[in-house]
Amino acid sequence: MTSTGAATAPILSVDGLLVRYGAAIALEDVSLEVGRGEMVALIGANGAGKTTLLNTLSGILAPSAGTIRCAGRLAHVPEGRELFFDLCVDDNLRLGAWKAPSRDPARIYELFPKLRDLSRRKAGFLSGGEQQMVAIGRALMAGPDVLAIDELSQGLAPIVVQEIGRYLVRLNAETGLSVLLVEQNARLALELCARAYVLETGRIATHGPSALLRNEPAVRSAYLGGHVTT
Amino acid sequence: MSVLLQYLVTGVSRGFLFALLATGFVIIYRVTKVVNFAQGAFVVLGGFIAYSLLGAGVPQGLSEVLAVLASAAIGLLFGAVTILGKMSTIASLITTIGLALLCEAVAMLVWGTTPLTYSGLSGHDLRFGGIFVQPQYLLLIGVSLVVLAALWLLLDHTYVGKAMTACASNPYAARLTGINVKAMGLLSFAIGGALGGVGGVLIMPLFPITYDSDVNLAILGFAAAIVGSLTSPTLALAGGLIFGIAEELVAGYWSQANETAVALALMILLLLWQSHRRQQVAKLV
Repeated sequence: MTSTGAATAPILSVDGLLVRYGAAIALEDVSLEVGRGEMVALIGANGAGKTTLLNTLSGILAPSAGTIRCAGRLAHVPEGRELFFDLCVDDNLRLGAWKAPSRDPARIYELFPKLRDLSRRKAGFLSGGEQQMVAIGRALMAGPDVLAIDELSQGLAPIVVQEIGRYLVRLNAETGLSVLLVEQNARLALELCARAYVLETGRIATHGPSALLRNEPAVRSAYLGGHVTT
Repeated sequence: MSVLLQYLVTGVSRGFLFALLATGFVIIYRVTKVVNFAQGAFVVLGGFIAYSLLGAGVPQGLSEVLAVLASAAIGLLFGAVTILGKMSTIASLITTIGLALLCEAVAMLVWGTTPLTYSGLSGHDLRFGGIFVQPQYLLLIGVSLVVLAALWLLLDHTYVGKAMTACASNPYAARLTGINVKAMGLLSFAIGGALGGVGGVLIMPLFPITYDSDVNLAILGFAAAIVGSLTSPTLALAGGLIFGIAEELVAGYWSQANETAVALALMILLLLWQSHRRQQVAKLV
């Protein structure tokens, strides 16, 4: 574990993943890697299998074939936030550390100062943006090496998305936390992450540096609302 | 006046029994969203097991503790049947009714149909003002208070309690944070069983129990739990006391035949009031 090779080996690597719902195939031959300290985007349309992939990574679903190797702890920020609405913000955060040694949310309040004033409020009474911060905070409480975020921007005002995006970039820069950002909003994902994968009907259609993908005609027309000009 | 006081004392102790039942409903519902209608069976089986152990010569205190543990084990078993499969919540609820009927049948086969009782805490009746109170009443109230306080602390003021609440609040997110949702559900059923068992061993010396007492007990316990919207142990205690006292007053001043009917009417009024209040809140939000 302490060998020098570990520093360059990816923190998360998925190889040949096959996931079924009964007879239906949700993911087929999905392979991807997230390097240490890297922010990677996974973009794709509704129903492409993005959430299935994250649920498989966090052990909620069992793959039929393929391997998932995570050289650390992975925490999952689920689509739609999925907070404990009956519990206050502070309890939501603390429960994120159910399997982790440290239960002090002070670090999260430093990252999201807004949450400090709301710490006693029931999570169900927060705005969408505040809920997303709690969801990210709860995942961070697990002390993860990789943060897998499902639909960061869903249902949020663009200005709020920008704000939370900045927090993520800062967190990544300051702590070296790796991020796998799953998004329908491809523009945002390609802006925040240096590298991206495109998932289409359960398969990785293409991947590469965001700067290149942004200019790929197929990606432009399908995900960025641009016109193919060749 | 002293007659009224006597009714109140009896009503309060019945109230604590209902509160123990109600908190059983509450803890299981808060963790699993299942309304466990076999809650009354824990009281009957707990009481009967203590009765048999006493009959076999086991010391009283030990018999009662063992009976409570047995009730917890029965609760755990019921939990396993109810929540370990992939049943919907409503199917689980129907299953608990089936389990309650099964318990009645078993209790009838093993213990027969005559009401059973055993003597409780010995000692002279205590005199308060113009009334006499059996020590067993005080034991029931005292133990219930300690148990209910412990449960309130567990649910609302401990990390494990928060995790238990999280299981019902959002089972998917609870799994994501690594909480073992099924294990928490089983724990809640075991605690529910123990609460029923405590009620059973304490109430049997005061009110004889028959194999089919569980239906009435479950209904009144459920009614008390409704006062706390099936989620608040403290309001469930209040509900238990309301129904216990109301039942005794109706039985005392009117007719014993009407006590359950009045309790049910009260429960329906409460449900109507709560749904009305919920609509008001919904309008505000």
